Amino acid sequence: MNAKQPSSINAKRSKLKRREYGWGYAMVFPLLFGMSALFIWPVLRTIYLSFTEWSDFGNYHWTGLSNYIRLLRDTAVYHSLLHTLQYVIIYVPAIVILSTLAGVLLSSKVRGISVYRTIFFLPSVLMPAAIAMSWKWILNGDYGLLNAGLKLLSIHGVSWLTDSRTVLIAVVGVAVWGAVGLQAVIIISGIKGISPMLYEAASIEGAGRVSQFFRITLPLITPTLFFVSVTSLIGAMQVFDLIYMMVGTVAIDHVNTVVYLFYQQAFIKNDKGYASSIAVLLFIMILIVTALQFKLQKRWVHYD
Amino acid sequence: MNKNYASILIFTVMLTLLLSGCGAGNSASDSSNESESASGNVTLTYGLWDQVQQPAMEKIIAKFEEQHPDIHVEIKLTPWNEYWTKLETAATGGNLPDVFWINGASLPKYASNNQLLNLDDYAKDTSLDFGNYPQGLVDIYTYDGKHYGVPKDMDAIGLWYNKSLFDQAGIPYPDETWDWNKAVEAAQKLTDPANGIWGLPAQFQGQTGYYNTILEAGGGFYTDDGKKSLYDSPESIRGLQLQTDLIHKYKVSPTLAQMTDTSPKDLFRSGKVAMLIDGSWNVKDFATNEYTKNNVDVALLPKDKLRTSVIHGLANVGAANTKHPKEVIEFLDFLGSKESADIQGEDGTALPAFHGGQELWLKSVPQFHLQNLLDMANAAKALPRGPQNAKLDGLEEEYLKSAYTGESTPEEAAKAYAKAVNEAIASNP
Repeated sequence: MNAKQPSSINAKRSKLKRREYGWGYAMVFPLLFGMSALFIWPVLRTIYLSFTEWSDFGNYHWTGLSNYIRLLRDTAVYHSLLHTLQYVIIYVPAIVILSTLAGVLLSSKVRGISVYRTIFFLPSVLMPAAIAMSWKWILNGDYGLLNAGLKLLSIHGVSWLTDSRTVLIAVVGVAVWGAVGLQAVIIISGIKGISPMLYEAASIEGAGRVSQFFRITLPLITPTLFFVSVTSLIGAMQVFDLIYMMVGTVAIDHVNTVVYLFYQQAFIKNDKGYASSIAVLLFIMILIVTALQFKLQKRWVHYD
Repeated sequence: MNKNYASILIFTVMLTLLLSGCGAGNSASDSSNESESASGNVTLTYGLWDQVQQPAMEKIIAKFEEQHPDIHVEIKLTPWNEYWTKLETAATGGNLPDVFWINGASLPKYASNNQLLNLDDYAKDTSLDFGNYPQGLVDIYTYDGKHYGVPKDMDAIGLWYNKSLFDQAGIPYPDETWDWNKAVEAAQKLTDPANGIWGLPAQFQGQTGYYNTILEAGGGFYTDDGKKSLYDSPESIRGLQLQTDLIHKYKVSPTLAQMTDTSPKDLFRSGKVAMLIDGSWNVKDFATNEYTKNNVDVALLPKDKLRTSVIHGLANVGAANTKHPKEVIEFLDFLGSKESADIQGEDGTALPAFHGGQELWLKSVPQFHLQNLLDMANAAKALPRGPQNAKLDGLEEEYLKSAYTGESTPEEAAKAYAKAVNEAIASNP
């Protein structure tokens, strides 16, 4: 009797377990199916296609490493890497600093705070294409709103989106404008998670608002900041839509990023094999940079 | 136990839902095929991209079905942005529409890969006569000496001008006596930097720009055998220079950077440009725009060595693997007739390609001298078409751009482009 009982309990338990597993798989199935059909499979295909050369109507043949050899020799690739790097270097710090600032200001108790939050968040619900089109108009050299404003201050504005010196900063500016609201909301949620007791204690000890920010808020939202910096870095490395929509023939040579180069090869020059190898290169770069960020986070991110 | 079954059930239901989603398209088309064979009628699919022209196309189809009660035509509208991607995918899978629109740029690709019905094989079954269309257009849809497309409409290029600006400057309107010297002279008088008015912008585009002047200067694009570029010939260089001089030498055109910011056509539509080389596809737009409808008109292009321009236009083609070649030919025959040209002309959105089929179109906007566009069309030559070679894609803009920005002379840019083309052709014959 005694010897039998535990095994039947075990059997019951494992049956229960199996049932639980069944439910678990059923629940995640749609996601898994979607992931593998829409994400994992295309990634594997892209890697395979990067070893092929394309001709018309989907005919392609295996060419081994030749796309990668061409990649290493192509100066356009190095230019696009440089532009992507420049973009990232301006974009990521700008997003982190500005969205922290906005997050702190928008989490203070002011009348009508929800109105301000809405205003900051509005660009995030706009389509990138709509943002690009309206900013293109604002930044127009001869008829733009920005230069009309500058004219009132007797400053002669340049043609922001066609001048090689300003085009990158103009595009980054618009991208930051469009993304800062959403990132600020994420940071607000991080700030809301900080116990008010800490601030009370600090103010009793005589800490001012500035030192409260640097001693309490900033260290405690580092996990949120980490999330914001990882996602915006990945986003910045993949920037395409704004550049495609806003920058025309002339200035494109000064902002063609890696994804733009990919687009150019895949859809203008119809060289899908070479384009795939560019995509693989970008994938590896993002992988390395993100891994690096995770490694470095131990130095500055506090999880407790 | 019950729960276990429930989870399996959910799993299965989801799987079925997903799969049925994929299969829905197939089963629908299967049943339509069945009904078709049952009644003995034939259904043709007709692929096109322009929603604006759909009503006219429907009228044509209605007329056709009246005369051929046993054939039914179904329009498959795909917006321009997705049209070519979808068409290529369909061709790859062997599912091209029976009849569809094609443009000159895509014809070599489809013809050289045996995707299109060779019309000459059916010549005795039809009343199609390629003499009914401008030769330039017929050439665009001829590949290796075989006819593949029935020209549908055409894009003629003319010199649009702003009558009010000419009146203010006291300059007579452009006419058939104008050559490029005269055009530049007038443009210089009309350019007024203080008011932001430009005489004659050099659009950085082939069809509304350098293709026309290259042909007028007596130049060309490729040798007859398609093995070499002709861009390095003195005539072609001159043709390119006629354009770029407008920017750098005479300063009657905005710079390329300015034109990227605000397109010359938008400037023209708001009265800031005196003359604009542009196409017949603007007629409807200029005739309805508040400013241009009473202030502009169209003239012949100024001549250089010749007076000519490039011509382009769509064609209707049939799929090589259609199940109903006989019916496809009957439909193409009708699409290429005077009758369907008249329906298009009356609608006004497209200039019909059929000789003499343009009467109604000419009357569609009485205040414009549309006859000038037609005269240009009749004197026009085909758009440049190189050999079918994927490596040529995108080269033209890449190399010619520097002549427009002023980073290099037209001669340097044209020669560098010709060299790149020759190398691409040599490496991939």
